[in-house]
Formats: sequence, C-alpha cells, structure tokens
Amino acid sequence: MNDGRPDQHESIGALERSAASRLRAFLSSPSATALLALGLVLAIGVAFSGDGAFHKWATHRDALRQASVYGILACGMTFVIITAGIDLSVGSVLALVAVMFSTLSIHEAWPPWLAVPACLALGGACGAASGLVVAKWRIQPFIVTLAMMVFARGLAKTLSGGMKVSTAVQLPDGSWTAAPVPGIFRLIDSRLLGDNISVVSLVFLACIALSWVILSRLRWGRYLYAIGGNEEAARLSGVPVAAMKVMAYALAGVFAAVAGLCQAAQEQQGDPEAGLGYELTAIAIVVIGGTSLMGGRGGIGLTLLGTLIIGYLDKILSVNAVPEASRLMLTGVIIIAAVLVQRRKD
Amino acid sequence: MTFMGGSPPSASSPSLLRMSRIAKSFGPNRVLREVDFELKAGEVHVLAGENGAGKSTLIRILGGALAADNGMIAIEGGPVRFRRPRDAADRGIAVIHQELSLVGSMSIADNLLLGREPGRLGWVDRAARAARARGVLERVGLRLDPDEPVSALPISSQQLVEIAKALSLGARIIVMDEPTSALSEPEVRRLFARIADLKAQGCGIIYITHRLEEIYALADRITVLRDGRVVASRPAGELPVGELVRLMVGRSIGDQAPRRAAAAGTVRLDLRRCRVRGEGAGRRPIVEDAALQVRSGEILGLVGLEGSGVSELLWAMFGALGKRAEVEMEIDGQTRRMSSPRAAIAAGIALVTNDRRRSGLVLSMDVVENATLAALPRFSPLGRLRRREEIEHTARTAGQLNLRCASLRQRVATLSGGNQQKVVLAKWMATHPRVLLLDDPTRGVDVGAKHEIYLLMNEWSRQGCGIILSSSEWPELLQVSDRIMVMHRGRVAASFRGGQATAADLLRAAMGHAIHE
Ligand SMILES: Nc1ncnc2c1ncn2[C@@H]1O[C@H](COP(=O)(O)OP(=O)(O)OP(=O)(O)O)[C@@H](O)[C@H]1O
Ligand SMILES: [Mg+2]
Repeated sequence: MNDGRPDQHESIGALERSAASRLRAFLSSPSATALLALGLVLAIGVAFSGDGAFHKWATHRDALRQASVYGILACGMTFVIITAGIDLSVGSVLALVAVMFSTLSIHEAWPPWLAVPACLALGGACGAASGLVVAKWRIQPFIVTLAMMVFARGLAKTLSGGMKVSTAVQLPDGSWTAAPVPGIFRLIDSRLLGDNISVVSLVFLACIALSWVILSRLRWGRYLYAIGGNEEAARLSGVPVAAMKVMAYALAGVFAAVAGLCQAAQEQQGDPEAGLGYELTAIAIVVIGGTSLMGGRGGIGLTLLGTLIIGYLDKILSVNAVPEASRLMLTGVIIIAAVLVQRRKD
Repeated sequence: MTFMGGSPPSASSPSLLRMSRIAKSFGPNRVLREVDFELKAGEVHVLAGENGAGKSTLIRILGGALAADNGMIAIEGGPVRFRRPRDAADRGIAVIHQELSLVGSMSIADNLLLGREPGRLGWVDRAARAARARGVLERVGLRLDPDEPVSALPISSQQLVEIAKALSLGARIIVMDEPTSALSEPEVRRLFARIADLKAQGCGIIYITHRLEEIYALADRITVLRDGRVVASRPAGELPVGELVRLMVGRSIGDQAPRRAAAAGTVRLDLRRCRVRGEGAGRRPIVEDAALQVRSGEILGLVGLEGSGVSELLWAMFGALGKRAEVEMEIDGQTRRMSSPRAAIAAGIALVTNDRRRSGLVLSMDVVENATLAALPRFSPLGRLRRREEIEHTARTAGQLNLRCASLRQRVATLSGGNQQKVVLAKWMATHPRVLLLDDPTRGVDVGAKHEIYLLMNEWSRQGCGIILSSSEWPELLQVSDRIMVMHRGRVAASFRGGQATAADLLRAAMGHAIHE
C-alpha cells in the first residue's frame, strides 16, 4: 500500500521523506493497526491454548477454512463499501446460489463447467439488479439491498420448495435413496498440498488476489475510490459513475455466488436457510480491517487482515469452548473497539 | 477599491493578542517555526504569504482547532491555552475559516444560531429564530430564507453566511482567512464597510488574502510569512507592493495578470442557445437563451453577480446539469450533444468549477490520483494503470504550477487551499482540452501562482484553445480578456471589447442597468 516513489518528484516536495518518517507514516496507517490487532489475536491464541493447539498447523488450516466463506463475501463487500454503499443481500444470494448449485449438480446432473458459470451469473445478476436501482433511481443502497435480501431469500425458498436440496432422492415407490455426491462438491471440500490447505481457502485467497488487481491495478478500481471519496467530483471528471456502481454491486453478487458454491459443497446440500446474518459478518470484517464505511478509503489487504482477525478470534473462542452467547457479545465489543482505533487515525 | 479612512491605531494602542514562538510540524513537515504575531485593538493586521506558507495553520492554532507544538498565546496580556474551538470562542475570538465550516444539511438559521437559539427549555421559538437569523444576514446584505439548507446555496452566499455568523458573535478578535475569495465586487465593498465598523468599535482584525488591492485597502500592518517564518512585519505604509510581492514569493513579478493576445482563429465553440430550468416548479429559468462564441486563441471573460447564471451556463455547456439544461452548440463546426461531463471531456472541454472541495477534488485521494482522474483512460490503456506515467505527468505539471506538497502521495485534504486549486488545474491540463471553461480558477491562489496561471492561459490560447474565464476578481479579468460578456438574471446583458471597459461599466451592466452604446 505504501510503495516507494520514484525519485523524480522528490525534487518537487519541499521535504524529502526519510526512512524514519516513512516508518512513522506506516505505523499510523490502517494496515499497521490491523496487523497489530492480528498479532494481538494470535498472541492471545498462543497464550490460551492449553493443549498447544496454536502450535499445530491443523488449527491454522481449519481457522482459515472456517473463515473463508465469510472472507469471500467480504471481498465483494469491500468493493461496495469503497463506493460508500452497502450490500445486505449477500447472505441471501449465497443461499440462492447454494440451492441452485445443488439442484443443478445433484438433480439435473449439469456438468460443473456449466453449473458453476450459471451460478456465478445468477449471483452477478442479483448484484447488478441492486446496483442498477441504486445508480439509476438513486435509492439508498441500504434500502435497495434490504429488498434484494428478502427477495433472494424468497426465491431460494421457492426454488427449493422450502426444503434442503440434498443428495437424498425419493424413488417412485416412496422410499429414499442417496444420490452420489457430485465430483465438484468433493473437489471443493477437499484439501491440497499434502492435506495442508483447504480448497475453499485457496478460493478465498484467489478472490483476494483478484480483488487486489481490480482495486489497485485497474482503472475501474481507481474510479470506485473516486466515487466513494467524492461522487460529484468524480462525475465531473468523467467517471462513469452509474456503470461503476453497477459493477461494484455485481462483483459483490459474484463473490456471494462463489461463497454459495463453497457453502453448498461443504454442506453437500443447498440449504435455503443458509447464510443467515452472513452479510453482517462480512461488513464487520471489512470495518475491522479498517476500510471506511464513508467510502473512498481502505483496501482489500485490510479485508484479508480483517478476515484473519475474525477467523482466529472464532477459533480461539471455540478452542477454549467459550459458549456461543459470550462469543456474540465479545464480537460486538471487538467491532466497536476496532472502529474506535481506526477512527483515531483520521 | 476605496481607501478605508479612519486613523490607524497608534503604537500605544493596547495589545489585544500576542502569539509568540509558535511552532507546528506535521510529521517531518515543519509548517511553522517560531512565529511571533501581535494584534492591536482597532487594527487590521494582514497576514500575507504564498500558498502553503502556514497562514491558515497559524489561524487554526489561534482558533483552538489545532494544537501548537510549541509557543504561547496571550490575550490582553494574559496567557491562554485553547484545547478546542469552544475555548477560543469563549475568549472572544471568531474565525472565518478558509474552507467553509457550515453544516450543509442544516438550514441557514440553524447554522447561524447553533447553540444560541432563542427560546426556553429547549423549545425553539421559530419566529424569533427566523427574525434573528434575518437580522444577522442583513448585516452582510444577504436576503435569504433562513430555513433554506446551506447546501443549496452557491459558494459566494455560503461565504457570506459564514462571515455573518462570525460577525454576530460579538467577538473582539476577528480572524478572516480569505473571506472574499468567492465574493464579487459589491459584496466585498459591503464586507469592507463592516470591517470599518468593527475597527471603530476597537476590535482587532486578522485578515488573510491573496488580493493585493485588498491588502492595501485594508491593512494597518502587514506581516509576511514565508516557509513558516515571519520575514517582515511593518506598517502598511512602509511596505510598497513590489517589495511585498518579493517578500512573499522570493522574486519580483512584473505584471500580475499579463496578457499577450494570441491571433484569434476560427470559431472553436459556438453556443447557439442555452437554457437552464430553475429547480422546483414555477421558478424562473436560471439561464435564458444565452448564446456566445469563442474563437481559438481567444479569452472570453464572463461576468455576473450572484444569481446571474454564469456558473450554471458553464456547467450546462459541460453537460453537467443533465436534463435541466437545453444546449445547442458546435465545437469546431461540429454539432455536439453534451449529455454528460464524460461526453464533454471527450469533445475536448474542461471545466474548473469554483468550489474545489465540493466538486473539484476527491479529498481522500492523493495528488497523483486527483491529477490524472479526468484523463485516466490515457494513463491506463486496456484498463491497466500505468503508475509510472501518472507520476511523471503529475511531477511535470506540479513543477509548472509550483505546487507545494511534502510528497505527491500526500492526500489533497492536507494541502493548503491554494495548492488544492493547483491540483484541480493539473487535473484538467492532463486532458489537453480545446475549450477551457474556467470558473474562478485563481480562487485562493497566491500572486506568484496566479501569475503562472495567467501565463499558462496565454500559452493555451497560443496553442489554439478557446477559453471562457469567469472570475470574481474583475481587475484581472479586465486585463486578460479579449472580450467580456456580462450576464444579468440569466441573460447576456452587455458585451465589451477587452480594454474598453472599466469595473464600473461591468458593475452597471451586472446590476441590470441598461447600457446604451
Ligand atoms: N493535516 C496536515 N497534514 C500534513 N500537512 C499539512 C496538514 N495541514 C496542513 N499541512 C501543510 O502545511 C502547510 C501549510 O498549510 P496552510 O494551510 O497553513 O497554508 P496557507 O498559508 O494557509 O496557504 P494558502 O494560501 O494556500 O491557504 C502546507 O504545506 C500543507 O500541506
Ligand atoms: Mg490557507
């Protein structure tokens, strides 16, 4: 995030930036804060794992796997939040895609190379629809995506008949049998590199990499930051504001679809009730990382850190068998603390 | 501008305020070093210096908005410590900040009377409140509905509301940081009359401006800051303008607004008809059937008072008003439909708006990102950003404009006001425009940079650009324009050849008095 600058413009500024001042600038940046928080969480993890769980790679592997679906959602959320928007529909879109993927793969026997693109397109379409309404009719993103959240959940229930779409198949004589688990499900749910990393974690990391390219290396990304920072100035500078907003929400939809694929494969079924409340976790991850809800500031690196923080916290709490109720309260406290720490920087 | 009159305060006048050895750094960037400053009762003390010299920083420290690293402030001899703006206000200091501090979503009355509403037990007496707000506005000559939200006001009215607010506090020390940068001549005169009243009441006024004629119309004493140090502090009579400029920018500047007319060529821009509807039903149009032509190499001055529609006309030509505007125009003989700013940029038009923070800059982005925003496709063939080229372009333009920043990666929010304006100009230079629409492009820019900007305009017109220039500084506008058009209530009321009009002519036409030629 803080790359070195070529020499030619050193002459312009009144002052050179010394190594020390660069270090100071880094230390006061959101990335440093997030890194510090992550370090703290890991230290707590090491301290409070009586049986030495944090010294085993499997613990880290599982923490990362469990955080991956949330992290994938958070990638898409980052785009939207950078434009000063919000997307509440990602949890529902995840469920919709999970249902669709399971139906297509298990019952319709679509091959993965057809089913996966179809599912991504469905997610993208949901997001693009929200984006269109936000951009063209200027309705607040909160309202629009709230509507989409309800709508997509309804659609998921309609498609599934309100039941989980699993490998259980009812035969004509009324008895039940199990259809084979599709290969693509088993692939996504497997581990690679000598059992050391889950495929979903690799998918998550790929999502981070893709998002980074878009946000930091492409014109589109720059446009998204400009829109979030000052929409009017962006418009007057020729930024295609509406198209960019549609793209941001469409990306959030596509990432939600990716998360839906992973969720379906891991559960080996499409649950229309899946992903309830996941949008809130995704927002929390983005905010804890340090991306500003006001738009225009933040980045995908921060979202990666936010995902790890949330993932490890969860792991620590479950390793220490902290009850669910306390976990929720603690998470609430941590969100506030993170935001307070980040705000100090402004 | 008229001389203020009144006798200057004598050396024995009591000292209202003394700031000593004030120092302030932002990271490694030392902005103020051991600054001493004194203000006497009944005195207008002008603080001068180029963009980024540290003037506003000193004022923010005085106003309690910023803590100094070092130094002391004493009011009427007694040392004070300000931890927040409220503390300074309690000690009788009112500050008109350079970057307006009004709350856009709140009404004018709410902004004016914030925390001082008439009424009891939290029950707001609306009628009394509106009457009081109206009274406060009258003092600066504003007739506005106090219930209107501030965000609906053009920048000049916002500035006047800000001034009215500061004047209504009954402060003894009044600080004005570039209060006139968006005001036109009559509004400036009214402000000067208020300043004369304040002086007579024994208030002390710290006044910051980049307009030399204002300095000499107002100042009893002038202090010049350069790179965060006081380089001179003398009675105004002992500091001739040439020396003042040299002290500020470190070199002499011959003519502030030089104009070397380029040979006018073919018609670059032909605005056949422009009409801008007013907002809300039943409102009169803001611009009515305006038409104008600009030839390549020509600078057309556009003048109008508040509500004349000058800014709206420029926005309409840039496609920025959407369906509110009907525009028929040709560029280089081709009919172009300006459906959006994007289309206008593609047609070779650039618009520098008069409100850099609201519509010019993305404050959260750095200098480079702002400077290339309008021409980004050129810096990102196939969508991939070429950061090296972006930095090279920005470094080059920043050099031309003498931009002062600690680094090109500095966020523009932390640049001084004049340097922010230069970033806006850099942004439009990157698009290589054929037609430049400039709405107060030198607002808040120091004398040296102003000179550079006018030289740049000469250069652009020599290269064949057509330029439309609107400016609140009429003397300069008269100097650089080949032709001047005056607008009144949405119509072109008069036009003059360059060099044949005076500020008085412009004012008469702008106020709607018929011109018989
Ligand atoms: N928050 C900040 N962080 C870093 N640098 C800052 C910050 N605020 C101001 N500066 C720097 O301090 C310097 C002085 O700024 P200041 O606003 O006082 O200038 P000024 O004399 O008022 O100029 P102008 O005439 O353009 O308004 C500038 O170089 C500016 O970049
Ligand atoms: Mg300033």
